[in-house]
Amino acid sequence: MVFHEVEQRLKALMLRAQAGDGQAWREVLTLLNARLTPYFRRRLGPEHAAEVEDLVQETLLAVHSRRMTYDATQPFTAWAHAVARYKLIDHWRRRRVRRHVPLDDVADTLWIDADHEGEVAADLDRLLGGLPSKQEQLVRGVKIEGLSLAEAGERFGMTEGAAKVSLHRALKALMAKVGSRGD
Amino acid sequence: METERLIDSLAANLTPAPSRQVSRRIVMTALVGAAAALVAVLFWLGLRSDLMIAVGGRMFWMKAAYAAILGVAGFACAERLARPTGSARGGLLLAVAALGVLAVIGLTMMMMTPPAERMALWLGQSWRRCPFYILALSIPTLALALLTMRRFAPTRLGAAGAAAGLFAGGVAATVYGLHCGETSPIFLLTWYSLGVALSTALGALLGPWALRWR
Repeated sequence: MVFHEVEQRLKALMLRAQAGDGQAWREVLTLLNARLTPYFRRRLGPEHAAEVEDLVQETLLAVHSRRMTYDATQPFTAWAHAVARYKLIDHWRRRRVRRHVPLDDVADTLWIDADHEGEVAADLDRLLGGLPSKQEQLVRGVKIEGLSLAEAGERFGMTEGAAKVSLHRALKALMAKVGSRGD
Repeated sequence: METERLIDSLAANLTPAPSRQVSRRIVMTALVGAAAALVAVLFWLGLRSDLMIAVGGRMFWMKAAYAAILGVAGFACAERLARPTGSARGGLLLAVAALGVLAVIGLTMMMMTPPAERMALWLGQSWRRCPFYILALSIPTLALALLTMRRFAPTRLGAAGAAAGLFAGGVAATVYGLHCGETSPIFLLTWYSLGVALSTALGALLGPWALRWR
């Protein structure tokens, strides 16, 4: 389902639920549950997988008891994402884990990546798989993990300058590949 | 699965929860908080002795209007920041506009006053006490507003606490006008604003602790 259709559908359900329609509320919570589980699993990482279900349940409870704070002039998806994000940060705070969650975390992450992450990852694997392995790791390190050239160079045992040249070559090869496929 | 049972039970006992509950409950805190502040003025600070004459004058109403506008601005901020995606911009603009208008009036009157009398105009009789009385009178509203807002869904707790403080300060300053006999806009601009700022700061300080969801 396209993002704005998800938004429209959930918003309509939410407004019915705020008026007291239990069936609509069941649908909202069920849809949220399906999104929250992968959302938290990805962010907690495999070492905390056991906590995912608890966190999902706590978030559903928060969504339930704080449902009057949803305002129909705002997107529902952004509201639900903000609640999930608060619960996630709160979870880390309780466990005394200091982790940085960017403030400008895209409002609809909760909605977009669950749908497309699999496809995108597969496309990326296919594309990067054509590169020599060192170049592939370099592209992943710098462009996906967000390492600096110096950090990436250190990881792969090359100087910053060498990393820069190698990355440039890799990106050029990728561009050529994508360009030829696009024709 | 356990989560599905949870969903069933939440959906089964659903009661209506319209969005206007947020503003209604915050307004309730102002009514109760203002009543508490009024009791404090009546039995602790005392009404100003010339109240019956003062209500016929412009300054009495200017004080009430300025303080009430700050309270409304605080309400607007609190009502937005009680929600996870809320922005306080509208309320802040209102507060800044009120401050700006009063600054123009206050400074103009200051200019028109002979230099020797300016200090007296600015400090009045009660500049030392005024900000702290306003802060003290704001405490019931602030406490109630924080308790109410923590059942909502604030996500920026410091900012939401500050909004509750601005709201409570405005309510308190409005009621304080029944005690305070000061008559100059520059006094109002400085010492009333300072009292409301203290209450805002207290709210900002308490927010991260008082507004955490539990």
